[in-house]
Amino acid sequence: MAISFTLNGKSQSVDVSPDMPLLWVLRDTLQMTGTKFGCGMALCGACTVHINGVATRSCITPISSAAGKKVTTIEGLSADGSHPVQRAWIEEDVPQCGYCQSGQIMSAVALLTKKPNPTDADIDDAMSGNICRCGTYQRIRKAIHRAASEMAGKHSAA
Amino acid sequence: MATAPLVNRRDFLKKTAAGGTALVVGFHLSPRAFADQAKDQEEKTPNPFDAWVRITPDDRVTLVLGKSEMGQGVWTALPMILAEELSVDWKQVHVEQAPTNPKIYDLGTGGSGSVAGSWLPLRQAGAAAREMLIAAAAKRWEVGTDTCKAKNGFVVHGHPERSYRFGELVVDASKLPVPNLNKVPLKNADDFTIVGRDTHRLDTAAKSSGKAQFGIDSRVPGMLYAVIARCPVFEGKVASFDASKAKAVTGVRDVFEIKTSGRGASTTGGVAVLADNSWAAIEGRKALEVKWDEGTAANESSEELRKQFLANASKPGGVLRNEGDADAMLRAASKKWEAIYELPFAAHVCMEPMNATVHIRPDSAEAWVPSQGPQWAQAVIAEAAKLPPEKVTVHTTLMGGGFGRRYQADFVMEAAQVAKISGKPVMVLWTREDDMQHDFYRPASYHRLEGALDGEGKLAAWKHFQTSTSIAAKWSQKGADDPGLGEFGTGATIPYATPNVRIEYTLAHSSAPRAWWRSVEHSSSGFVVESFVDELAHAAGQDPLEFRLKLIGDSRKIPQFGEGREDNHPLDTSRLKGVLRLAAEKAGWDKPLPKGQGRGIAGFYSFRSYVAAVAEVSASSSAFKVNRIVCAVDCGRAVNPNGVRAQVESAAIYALTATVKDSISVDRGRVVEANFNDYAMIRMNEAPPIEVYLVPSAEAPTGIGEPTVPVIAPAICNAIFRATGKRLRRLPIHNEDLA
Repeated sequence: MAISFTLNGKSQSVDVSPDMPLLWVLRDTLQMTGTKFGCGMALCGACTVHINGVATRSCITPISSAAGKKVTTIEGLSADGSHPVQRAWIEEDVPQCGYCQSGQIMSAVALLTKKPNPTDADIDDAMSGNICRCGTYQRIRKAIHRAASEMAGKHSAA
Repeated sequence: MATAPLVNRRDFLKKTAAGGTALVVGFHLSPRAFADQAKDQEEKTPNPFDAWVRITPDDRVTLVLGKSEMGQGVWTALPMILAEELSVDWKQVHVEQAPTNPKIYDLGTGGSGSVAGSWLPLRQAGAAAREMLIAAAAKRWEVGTDTCKAKNGFVVHGHPERSYRFGELVVDASKLPVPNLNKVPLKNADDFTIVGRDTHRLDTAAKSSGKAQFGIDSRVPGMLYAVIARCPVFEGKVASFDASKAKAVTGVRDVFEIKTSGRGASTTGGVAVLADNSWAAIEGRKALEVKWDEGTAANESSEELRKQFLANASKPGGVLRNEGDADAMLRAASKKWEAIYELPFAAHVCMEPMNATVHIRPDSAEAWVPSQGPQWAQAVIAEAAKLPPEKVTVHTTLMGGGFGRRYQADFVMEAAQVAKISGKPVMVLWTREDDMQHDFYRPASYHRLEGALDGEGKLAAWKHFQTSTSIAAKWSQKGADDPGLGEFGTGATIPYATPNVRIEYTLAHSSAPRAWWRSVEHSSSGFVVESFVDELAHAAGQDPLEFRLKLIGDSRKIPQFGEGREDNHPLDTSRLKGVLRLAAEKAGWDKPLPKGQGRGIAGFYSFRSYVAAVAEVSASSSAFKVNRIVCAVDCGRAVNPNGVRAQVESAAIYALTATVKDSISVDRGRVVEANFNDYAMIRMNEAPPIEVYLVPSAEAPTGIGEPTVPVIAPAICNAIFRATGKRLRRLPIHNEDLA
């Protein structure tokens, strides 16, 4: 059965079972492997994408519930890694193994969209669903603050 | 590295049969090994421009990396070493993974040994390439090579300066004779422009954009995805299975049994479900009906294991070290102290679950493996395919964590069996439950420490009895027959001076697979030694830092007990004292803390490096919180200080998780824990700030991936004691333990 949605700004249509999780549609059907599999139970956050701008764990989201909606993955944040969050990640050398970082970045972008100037408590709340086994938490925190400053600076300069 | 001669990784790979076939894996064939071979040296030394350095006419420099990048930063640090001697502009540098060719590359990543082991060989390789470029330029200018200099990707000569870009010279240079790597001049450290500077990682952009390809991201045309149903009981087997419901699941293509065997296997095999996509394979496996022949391990449990520990502890163990007469001194002592410490099985938990992608054709095979030991992966595929290893191309991918787990070839063995039977390219992927329950665990252990002080407050006697499930016993019969020192690591080389030392060990039995977990045996030794010396300090009414410094005593070099090799890497007590003092200073050790807060300190030598940590906690009789961890590190020259700090931060969080979260427990011969709901990880809201201070050093680089782990648990428990008077000796620790 064909299910249509918008993926990173482009129309997409897939012919899969409606209960196939969005994660596997992305990774296997569409061969977009930026979104990662970590636990299959929405406990680790590696699979985080945006659906209509809201951070969502794609491993437990059936593709049917993405029908007609706007899905954004890590690949869709920017064409060239230039999103302020991505640039902050690079400046702070956040990733080590990097496997969790697509999910971390997607969660961070969603946070900054809702709270452009997050406190450390806001960061705890928004980011504690994303596990990092390499322990990059303090660099993630620093990078979020850095991205927030940069994005605020741009807005005030506009 | 484990100190027991048979079961450190290097010896293991040379001697052990994986699945019964004799393997010789070229673990030691580094560029240095080539340099050591005087005879036929010109023939055997690879041309640096074939092996490690590629320069295009337009000056794109690609450095070829033989080690595996699992987050620890070798992708950046090793090219920095090569680029320094090669004398290119760092901005020109790109990195590519080396093919799995053990004849040329020093493959095998672990033991915190990549930078330490590659430091000299990579410098020699880079210097050789540089000298060849200089020689090519000198030939064109018809001048002496001693009048030419390489810098920033150019060879320059004369006043006014003439220059050639490396890209203009490389074709000629690569045809010149390769210099003797032992004799090629190396840069003076004072002239370093790359090594020693905070350097941005080279792989961050790819890892921040979804472009970085991990093993599980391999996509090969015509590839099938497979998951394997494995007996949940250790060493259990398939008795029978019914595939009819599994095959009826949309997308499932095939179902068949596979078998794995040998010490390198984590299970006996299982039933593979192959499908068009990962989800169909997972759903297909849910519908699969398997009857298991559970076997005798079904009687094993954590409770049964603890009974073994207690029974073993009630008798003397096998004596591994005995100087003076600790038993007599302890009997005679007017005051002696004794403590029991326990640590559980621990799981590796890489964020990327195990996986391997293999395609076996009649005449060749190809594989994409996130592997710390690609030559072992190559060997097991070769065996399954009945091909010589040279016909097996193994692409080492990036990996989402390693921590020692991905050194194993068990998941490669499985994938090779599936690929052989299927004939198609197949990715075998593991779910989180598979990964959690079919790990090679850090062994569970039980320790009794006894100590006495003399009239001057120095250490009169130190006795350490350990019983554990042992790594050695899993890997060889000799290890099972004669286990011991490997389970203590540098914990057998106690830096605290005493004339009476006794170390004993008794093996306990478990069928659970065990192997190298981040810092291996030091993860338990560090906890035990640094907790017990802290208990002695408090018993003596002394400051824990001053007590340690006093007991460590004069500056001296203590040979590692049991090593018995010329390159012994002795424990330099002045460097250990250095990190203890530095951590204490940076933590403000002498500054009073409010009631309900405490600081604890621990220092340990492992993987040739020295790390001390001070933990600051808030603790009461009902709860505790780690507020801050301050680490001081002496790992010799830091190639990329930014990278070194990242490794310390990483190991601290890894160790904190094992200290305060969950343990792996066994019931009816199976691992109970399955996912992050019952084997929890430290998250953003629980991660204390980790401060890292590096001791500046001109010594050759030593390990940093693992050495922080041993000091974290004792620093935290020592801090909790300081805050509450409650001594915690059994990991992991929870709020309830404070009551």
